[in-house]
Amino acid sequence: MCEPARERQTWRPDLEQNPHLKHTPLHALHLSLGARMVPFAGYDMPVQYPDGVMKEHQHTRVAAGLFDVSHMGQVIVRPKSGKVEDAALALEKLVPVDVLGLGEGRQRYGLFTDAEGGILDDLMIANRGDHLFLVVNAACKDADFELLKAGLSDTCDVTMLDDRALIALQGPHAEAVLGELWADVSAMRFMDVAEADLHDVTCIISRSGYTGEDGFEISIPVASAVDVTQRLLEHPDVKPIGLGARDSLRLEAGLCLYGNDIDTTTTPVEGAIEWAMQKARRAGGAREGGFPGADRILGQLADGASRRRVGLRPEGRAPVRGGAKLFADAEGKTPVGQVTSGGFGPSVDGPVAMGYVDAGHTDVGTTLFAEVRGKYLPVAVAALPFVKQTYKR
Amino acid sequence: MLKFTEEHEWLKIEAGVATVGITEHAAGQLGDLVFVELPETGSTFAKGDSAATVESVKAASDVYCPLDGEIVEVNQAIVDDPSLVNSDPQGAAWFFKLKLANPSEADALLEEAAYKELVA
Repeated sequence: MCEPARERQTWRPDLEQNPHLKHTPLHALHLSLGARMVPFAGYDMPVQYPDGVMKEHQHTRVAAGLFDVSHMGQVIVRPKSGKVEDAALALEKLVPVDVLGLGEGRQRYGLFTDAEGGILDDLMIANRGDHLFLVVNAACKDADFELLKAGLSDTCDVTMLDDRALIALQGPHAEAVLGELWADVSAMRFMDVAEADLHDVTCIISRSGYTGEDGFEISIPVASAVDVTQRLLEHPDVKPIGLGARDSLRLEAGLCLYGNDIDTTTTPVEGAIEWAMQKARRAGGAREGGFPGADRILGQLADGASRRRVGLRPEGRAPVRGGAKLFADAEGKTPVGQVTSGGFGPSVDGPVAMGYVDAGHTDVGTTLFAEVRGKYLPVAVAALPFVKQTYKR
Repeated sequence: MLKFTEEHEWLKIEAGVATVGITEHAAGQLGDLVFVELPETGSTFAKGDSAATVESVKAASDVYCPLDGEIVEVNQAIVDDPSLVNSDPQGAAWFFKLKLANPSEADALLEEAAYKELVA
């Protein structure tokens, strides 16, 4: 048997050498719930609870799972002019996203790009009326903060919130559970953002998440984070869910994990997330370009990219993991790409994966061969997501 | 005679043939297993070679050959239902039977008490 260290290969191994792991405000609660903790993005995080990854995954798909995502960065961008439009226009210099067109109380997915069109991070952007509220990845949050300060400080005050926890409540029962605390939750649609009192604590709630399920992300002041989370966990439909199931849920949902499926070597078009670029920022749009790497990205939008991220369904039972090389032939002679995320999908009841494949091999149904322990296993290019999304649009 | 390795395999040795599996501790650490790949009957391995693979939802791990020998039987039941390894790792979910090249080398492996101390 290998050392447990290899279990961590999915969790950004490049960031796991730091012995000074940070704790989220819910760290003690995880321990009290019997979580197995692992290093992830500089934090000591729960990878699973006693139920195990399989049951946690399935519980989220049929009831409601509660995730601690407090390690992620929460950033306020407040325009000095008081006009949120000014913050939106300033942020549009860093993201290929229509921020100006984002209505008050709405949120959308975005990307920070670099001068070569690579992806520096992915993030959520919410219009909170008089400011923008961003949620960025834990591993990137310090770099994102510097990027935002450098790019926006002429016009905006940029503040990283270190006094708030962030939890996600995901699954078909999430609305009913939250509705017991705040009836208006049923009026929220996918990607709405609102402020509400949960157990007399003012929280920022968005109808979003990263599991493919309907659900909510809830930003809570640190002082009340344990209390609110514990009370949600008291609901019979809610169970705590660790990083293991978070990864299998997002993979089944076809969602990118930054650092695995997208990074500075991949562009939004290669990553098949150009849907995050609205018309206003594309060629011929009202605010065409003007973000880092625009030439390359708009060029790829017009002409196509030489490779694309696709879904992959291994034909056997063997999981095909991130890093596996992909070939057009069963002898491993013609390399056509590489798997970036792969594992077992409990809801699919079989292995699922995503990866980058050269143009010409990306059609759904194309058979490719993944190198796994010296063998070439057939995998079919598949449509994403692997499970039906249940967002309340 | 039950023996253990520091790599979390157990061996039950009878007449020069070791029945090999992974320990309860290892099964617990791995979590829910979803895939098992076993060696071919008739293949030979040296001590420390990767002889089998287990995959949980989140990661793959090697099962090392605990001693030099030849695979004389494998347990298809755990291929058909990998969760058996979680439910009965030191019983029904054995991995393979290994005809030992040098049965006396088993003496150097851990006794149960020493293994329990290792994982305590």
